[in-house]
Amino acid sequence: MSDPELLLLARAQFGLNIGFHILFPALTIALGWVLLYFRLLAWRSGDPAWLDTYRLWAKVFALSFAMGVVSGLTMSFQFGTNWPGYMNTVGNIAGPLLSYEVLFAFFLEATFLGVMLFGMNRVSPAMHLAATAMVAIGTTLSAFWILALNSWMQTPRGHVLEDGALIAGNWAQVIFNPSFPYRFTHMMIASGLTAAFVLAGLSAWRLLRSPEDASARRTLRTGLLMGAVLAPAQVLAGDLHGLNTLEHQPAKIAAIEALWNTTAGAPLVLFAVPNEEKRVNEFALEIPRAASLILAHDAQAQIKGLDAFGPDTPPVAPVFIAFRVMVGMGLMMLALSWVGLWVTRRGALPARALLWILAAFTFAGWIATLAGWLVTEIGRQPWLVAGILRTADAAGEATGAQLGASLTGYALVYAVMLLAYLVVLTHLAGQGAERAGHRFPATPPNR
Amino acid sequence: MSLDLPLVFTVLMGAAILLYVLFDGYDLGIGMLMPGAERDEQELMVASIGPFWDANETWLVLGVGILLAAFPIAHGMILGALYLPVAAMLIGLMLRGVAFEFRMKAEGWHRDLWNWLFWFGSFGASFSQGWMLGRYITGFQPGFAYAVFSLLVGAALCGGYVFIGATWLILKTEGPLQRKALGWTRWGLAWVALGVALVSMATPLVSNTVFQKWFDFPRTFALMLLPAATLGAGLWVWFATGRLGAAARETTPREWIPLAGAVSIFTLCFAGLAYSLFPYVVIDRLTLWEAAAHPSALRVVLAGFLVVLPFLLAYTVYAHRVFRGKVRAPLYE
Repeated sequence: MSDPELLLLARAQFGLNIGFHILFPALTIALGWVLLYFRLLAWRSGDPAWLDTYRLWAKVFALSFAMGVVSGLTMSFQFGTNWPGYMNTVGNIAGPLLSYEVLFAFFLEATFLGVMLFGMNRVSPAMHLAATAMVAIGTTLSAFWILALNSWMQTPRGHVLEDGALIAGNWAQVIFNPSFPYRFTHMMIASGLTAAFVLAGLSAWRLLRSPEDASARRTLRTGLLMGAVLAPAQVLAGDLHGLNTLEHQPAKIAAIEALWNTTAGAPLVLFAVPNEEKRVNEFALEIPRAASLILAHDAQAQIKGLDAFGPDTPPVAPVFIAFRVMVGMGLMMLALSWVGLWVTRRGALPARALLWILAAFTFAGWIATLAGWLVTEIGRQPWLVAGILRTADAAGEATGAQLGASLTGYALVYAVMLLAYLVVLTHLAGQGAERAGHRFPATPPNR
Repeated sequence: MSLDLPLVFTVLMGAAILLYVLFDGYDLGIGMLMPGAERDEQELMVASIGPFWDANETWLVLGVGILLAAFPIAHGMILGALYLPVAAMLIGLMLRGVAFEFRMKAEGWHRDLWNWLFWFGSFGASFSQGWMLGRYITGFQPGFAYAVFSLLVGAALCGGYVFIGATWLILKTEGPLQRKALGWTRWGLAWVALGVALVSMATPLVSNTVFQKWFDFPRTFALMLLPAATLGAGLWVWFATGRLGAAARETTPREWIPLAGAVSIFTLCFAGLAYSLFPYVVIDRLTLWEAAAHPSALRVVLAGFLVVLPFLLAYTVYAHRVFRGKVRAPLYE
């Protein structure tokens, strides 16, 4: 496909699908483990309130999982419909990794999800717990294979050319490529934070409606605790991931920092409007030498600018801005979870203002995750597979009319689905509040 | 080792697609039958497929996954040529999948809306799959006759899914709903008979390659066993539903016969189709050996299959055993 507008349309469609899809796995990967924790507590303590908590969050999980399944199915088809050149070029590596996801993870989670959701009265508690564990393991394994493939596309290793075909020479190197451990950790923690804030946010929403709801107080606390532990861990993991990117994808870092020219003692640009045409930052707010200090741990170190990479550089403005959104959200989540944890110590109920803020932050993890994915995926352009395949060379023959019609269809359906999802989620939280308030009065303060 | 890996993967992919059609076929069929049922019956119908639909849809992911992993060139060629029906099918499957969840949680007119979207999604996905099949067997040729043929296959597949969905309901329900399902089964069977007959006659006419394969005497006589067996299975279902209807209100041990008959009919039709196309992955253009991925990739995927397949079958059987028997209550509470 030579027409740049068609290419942009194909990318917009794929980006919409993958961006919509990532929202739901980002929540369910960690929520699966949270459910297992609730189920375990319900079983060990025999407390019906925990079982009720489990049931409510299992519904949230089921809903999110279904959204992930149907949008994920779309992905597996769009590799072929939008990017046939991708499978033609790297199919011998991408194919096995994707099929391993289906074989090892998809069936596991999908099959046991039925038992987990509808089988509580049909199987023993131990078996039900095992089914819940299988779902959690399945979702995590699924992420493992997908991130292995994505990381390989960013930092390919272990492949060889044989008779003109690109094949895996060493699968261990393909899977455990240089960026994989960092990306996997970063994404797992991101999922944990997403789940933490959905837990805390929906619980805060419930407490706003019925402050005496003991179950919501406990889940608020669980969410805040998860956030307070994971947010600092994410700062560390993100920093290490950044250093790894500097080593293997320096052009991406140059775009993140909006560093146009190779500079010794590069400044950290806090805010700016990058101008691609003039190759300068307008309205820039900078800390002198800070980028060199952060990236190389040396204030005088030379950092490669965009000029060092010729024409093969990603667009600067989206990467630069998305990165700042991600970091900004992360820092706010860190602060909020710590404040929340302090305020709710010894079972205290936070002030209504804080509950409102927590409710507003319900989907903070989504915003940060999406921003992070924009950084890493736009940051690797113009490559689809770094150094091996350009995005433009992978596009298919779809016409503008086909792309336009299907893009409109997808956008419409996704908008309806997302709206319905949010309505049902708030409805579930409200319903949970009513039922819990009715059946399980607040815990006495001495408990 | 002289194992013909591309052939092995063709068989595996065929098996995955057949299993998808059988498993999700009854889900989609029940979705299309929803408007024919009363409100409380609809709850039971959804409850009969609720624990399974997710895993059932995974067979489609597996089928496409094998196409992508084992025949990467064909994956791009087929899905690129089927751009719009694929998009329509995906939108249908999305609506169906989320409507499952939403209709259980919604109230008032929201519930009606999701019920309607559940039907619409099931119908859209089924029809698009038939449309894709029609385009696929005719090698994606342009032209009015081919378009009509594809629409015909789309309608026939809808009938087929309604048929298998109704036989699933015979097995999983009782009383008035089961009697309704008996009627639906016969109606669906008639539709299937018409569809299979038309498609079987039209396919050799629109494709010379298919014509050559079937009208090659004396092999034709042996091949006629396939339609004969299909006819036998159809009659088996027809008389079984008749006897079940006459057996009044008691549950009888023969309730599995219509479902078994439907599975046989689908499998036989699938075998006929596979025979028509073999050894092509894209008819007249690409054989399975030309399309196959590098042996190193195939070996890795096959190793994964061999490890996972026993577990996969074991827990699929397990999930069906957990939820065996009649459905008597809606899914939640």
